[in-house]
Amino acid sequence: MTTQEPLVKVEGLQKLFPLAGGLFTESRSAIHAVDGINFVIPPGESLGLAGESGSGKTTTGKLLVRLIDPTDGHIYIMGEGGEADIAHLRGKALKRFRRNVQMIFQDPYESLNPRRTVFDTVAEPLEVQGVGNVLEREQRVAQLMDVVGLSPPKTFLFRFPHELSGGQRQRVAIARALIIEPTFVVADEPTSMLDVSIRTGIMNLMQELADRLGVTYLYITHDLAVARYMVDRLAVMYLGKIVEMGDMEEVLHHPLHPYTKALISAVPVPDPTFERVLPDIKGSIAKPIDPKSRCRFYDRCPIKEKICEGSDHPNLEDKGAKHYIACYLV
Amino acid sequence: MAQATKTIGGPSPESVVTLEMPVWRIRLMLLWRSLRANAALFAENPIGLVGLAIIFFFFLMALAHPILMATVWDRNVYHPVVGIDQTIPFHPSPPSPTHLLGTDPLGRDILSQLMWSAKSEFFLGTVAALVTLVIATTVGAVSAFYGGIVDSLFMRLADLIIMTPVVTLLIVLSTLMNVTLIELAFLVGILSGFGGATIIIKSQALTIKVRTFIEAARVAGGSNTHLIVKHIIPNLLPLSFLYMMFTVTNAIFLEAVLSFFGLLNIRMSWGLMIHTTEYCGYLLDLKRWWLIFPASLSITFLCAAFYLVGRALDEIVNPRLRRR
Ligand SMILES: Nc1ncnc2c1ncn2[C@@H]1O[C@H](COP(=O)(O)OP(=O)(O)O)[C@@H](O)[C@H]1O
Ligand code: SF4
Ligand SMILES: [Mg+2]
Repeated sequence: MTTQEPLVKVEGLQKLFPLAGGLFTESRSAIHAVDGINFVIPPGESLGLAGESGSGKTTTGKLLVRLIDPTDGHIYIMGEGGEADIAHLRGKALKRFRRNVQMIFQDPYESLNPRRTVFDTVAEPLEVQGVGNVLEREQRVAQLMDVVGLSPPKTFLFRFPHELSGGQRQRVAIARALIIEPTFVVADEPTSMLDVSIRTGIMNLMQELADRLGVTYLYITHDLAVARYMVDRLAVMYLGKIVEMGDMEEVLHHPLHPYTKALISAVPVPDPTFERVLPDIKGSIAKPIDPKSRCRFYDRCPIKEKICEGSDHPNLEDKGAKHYIACYLV
Repeated sequence: MAQATKTIGGPSPESVVTLEMPVWRIRLMLLWRSLRANAALFAENPIGLVGLAIIFFFFLMALAHPILMATVWDRNVYHPVVGIDQTIPFHPSPPSPTHLLGTDPLGRDILSQLMWSAKSEFFLGTVAALVTLVIATTVGAVSAFYGGIVDSLFMRLADLIIMTPVVTLLIVLSTLMNVTLIELAFLVGILSGFGGATIIIKSQALTIKVRTFIEAARVAGGSNTHLIVKHIIPNLLPLSFLYMMFTVTNAIFLEAVLSFFGLLNIRMSWGLMIHTTEYCGYLLDLKRWWLIFPASLSITFLCAAFYLVGRALDEIVNPRLRRR
């Protein structure tokens, strides 16, 4: 795996949201939603992205599918024409890129147009990309509907979203993302808005589809149990920075960064041999507005020392076995 | 794409699905179904039903006129513009079995004029409403979607139109030019399309623009035009449709005002009937009520009817207004 070309390579990716200025002054302040992150995703090795709400996970996902434009950095994604920096694609090239990279959104009650039928929604990527004629699209949509568990397809094809349950809607959204057969899909907490009883079904479906279609996910979740179920590797984000990244089991069982430790201590893990690390961090996540040049986690860190305040945010470093940490004291 | 594993269809051939009908027929059925569902909602609303009944009544009048002219009404006597009943010595004559609503000062049948004019009012209302619909929806969607200078320009134009006294403007225009019915329809449609309706529809479009399904359509590969035409506008149409009703009311009212002053190049209309009455000095003559009441009540009722239908649609379009 390690010798393989990465499917996704992100370098120094940054997104600032400038704050509105005063009446006469132009604002220089900005929210550093994503602040210089690096990672690679080899084909077939889905990466989990965890962290509290507000840590920049959704922004990262939207940057990767080019829903928002990065302030700085590079995004390389393997496509038909080999690896290319897609950070600033426009026009036709951007449209071509969208055949390769898709997104599944968090809230299936918001991500489907209430005035379009299931068929319209699922067939949309084929339609706008000009794939096949109406009959062929109909066939493909119907087949995929069967696969995502909306069967028999003909009873679902011409329903409107309000005639579907939350789980069914998310299945429609998954079908829409996969109909064009992308290689890389960003899934933004696809089960968090769903009833607990149907989450496993959706997660199983997504894994089955990944195997069947050769899709690799960036799977965003704030739930480490979900991440463990879905992905091979995990990146933990805090205030726009990746603070820890490594193999899922390794990170879960031997977390090194104090933030990751706190996150893990907050999750009940159904494993009796699991050794509980010392919990608890004070306070809650803030907004990364013009962050000071020191460790982002400084305010809440239980083990901080002088060095953490005096220097910039620590770099993400390999501490052996591809386990990356951004902390001066580990 | 080259990988053999990448096929969506299940391994078994029975996953091939055949629909019994072509897609367009299914769409027609869906349209019919949603119309029926909305009609059911509408039927729960007595205000809307009253409005609809009145509109239907006038519609029948408009429809019946050519039939009556072709069968029982003699063109020389009953023609709304050039007819005259020579058998009656003095006009205006009161209601009688031959002239159910009497005759006007020029000897023409009032009922025939009333029915003939109903048709022009529908024509006027429909054209004005369609023009408003097209302009307000397009401009509202485009302004909201692109923002910036395009938006600023259209919004300043809308402010300007809202501040303009429309009646005065139309009086001046129709004095300067010879405004016909269709020209009036376009004028009213353009003024209301670029005016208040745009602002309302744009604010609705702003709330639609930021919803996730727009992002989803963008990720699917949809162009700006695709997003506007396939996602934003369909979600605006109910509101646009509602504003069409108010435009109809406006158009009929403005026509009446302009005709009353004799400013429109038009052969017959409810407003012109009142104008003729006034012109011949019978305006305040309550003993000759048939000259003024049928026309003015028709204007009032048809205006009110479209307004009521608009209000009822408002409750369907904006569910928070709905009781229950
Ligand atoms: N469009 C935006 N404009 C301004 N600030 C934003 C915008 N989107 C996200 N943010 C801010 O960026 C930070 C990260 O948000 P987000 O990526 O949604 O985090 P997460 O998905 O991890 O909860 C938050 O502080 C959020 O308020
Ligand atoms: S660098 Fe210092 S403040 Fe930051 S997480 Fe490590 S110990 Fe805590
Ligand atoms: Mg999020």
